[in-house]
Amino acid sequence: MFRNVKELIELAEQKNVKISEIMINQEVEVTGKSREVILEQMEFNLTVMEQAVEKGLAGVKSNSGLTGGDAVLMHNYIQKGNFLSGETLLDAVSKAVATNEVNAAMGTICATPTAGSAGVVPGTLFALKEKLKPTRMQMIEYLFTAGAFGFVVANNASISGAAGGCQAEVGSAAGMAAAAIVEMAGGTPRQSAEAMAITLKNMLGLVCDPVAGLVEVPCVKRNAMGAANAMVAADMALAGITSRIPCDEVIDAMYKIGQTMPTALKETAQGGLAATPTARELEAKIFGMSLK
Amino acid sequence: MKYKSVFDIIGPVMIGPSSSHTAGAARIGRVARSLFGREPKWANISFYGSFASTYKGHGTDIAIVGGLLDYDTFDERIKTSLDIAESAGIKISIREEEAVTDHPNTARIHIGDEKGELELVGISIGGGKIEIIELNGFLLKLSGNHPALLVVHNDKYGAIAAVANVLAKYAINIGHMEVARKEVGQQALMTIEVDQNIDQKVIDELSILPNILKVTRIVD
Repeated sequence: MFRNVKELIELAEQKNVKISEIMINQEVEVTGKSREVILEQMEFNLTVMEQAVEKGLAGVKSNSGLTGGDAVLMHNYIQKGNFLSGETLLDAVSKAVATNEVNAAMGTICATPTAGSAGVVPGTLFALKEKLKPTRMQMIEYLFTAGAFGFVVANNASISGAAGGCQAEVGSAAGMAAAAIVEMAGGTPRQSAEAMAITLKNMLGLVCDPVAGLVEVPCVKRNAMGAANAMVAADMALAGITSRIPCDEVIDAMYKIGQTMPTALKETAQGGLAATPTARELEAKIFGMSLK
Repeated sequence: MKYKSVFDIIGPVMIGPSSSHTAGAARIGRVARSLFGREPKWANISFYGSFASTYKGHGTDIAIVGGLLDYDTFDERIKTSLDIAESAGIKISIREEEAVTDHPNTARIHIGDEKGELELVGISIGGGKIEIIELNGFLLKLSGNHPALLVVHNDKYGAIAAVANVLAKYAINIGHMEVARKEVGQQALMTIEVDQNIDQKVIDELSILPNILKVTRIVD
């Protein structure tokens, strides 16, 4: 069993297989389930993600009225063709937003690694589907590779906003996605680790400050930026750029930042954006009272 | 290693918006239902901490009631669970408690019908993972790191040995075990943490042992 990114990469290099393969084999070993059953379960999760993207792109609105409809705006903007960033990057943004808007509207999603950060991994995956035309199996592998890096973060740091701030939620999701993008684009396991490190470095310190305590503002837009961060970091790693700080040390730094972060900035709706005058007005409107 | 499976990371499939406030809540409700063994006629649900202050926005109430109706985290019926419970004649009461608990996401569920009652306290620890910390007044000490079994049984000789024998037969290693009872010879509870996931076959075999009243998996 791999305990950190270093061991994960060494295993993949020794056996000359993809990271997804290491994760699938470990799952077989730990659960005692057959490879077929495990692949089927992941395909089910993939289908759930696909349906959430479609639903979000068709337009949803949350119960609170705080979020919804931005995925549609982004999609329409791309269609017009006058965008500044690359099309795949913006497509990933629109699909990450779509997923997280469905989440906020109490739709069905697959937590990756949590519900609040569920947009990043599928957002990037379904944008790459348009660009790289992967097989269904390659899409399933994408999720195992993302899962392998998330597994390391969850066991050595945290994937929960309440425990480690949003760097642990959307930050982890973005790092997981970056590593998986590299593999799907034909990069090496080592480049996946570089992409994860570069992404997470740029998410360090991100606080969890949900307005009115809801998984909506700023969560939806942080999923958008997590997806963009992952795409750019993956391109950097594929270009041969490396992280001066090794991936495991970045994960450890994220954990320690989370531990020293004040409670007011960890999903309590006491600080950050949640404590702004507008946020207090919104929560009074939604709940008929202030949470303060 | 707190997380063992890739599906703890890529999953669960669930109804949004929060893995801790929605999926975790649904799982707490479903454990209560599973331990009760049938659909209750009434449920008194108390929320503490973050659950109390944000349950309406997160749908924690509909998630717990969905769990009581035996719905999984991804069951679409969760969204209308309050209406479904009402048409089924189940009386639901929700209370926001002010008491400060050890964990910010804590729920107490008291359910029952003409034949019996059950009371349970659960906490939602993140990513959809939960722990049950109290059952019918028994305090439970579960790390939440391992699959666990709750076995309600009659406080009679041989009951514990019989359960341990079945687990041994399937080569399941017990990592931690506690036995609690309120009075000698009355109902008692075994809490067993094991190293690997437990098949339904094992649960079925345990359930038919003499003096065993109810067997439930609570952590997968």
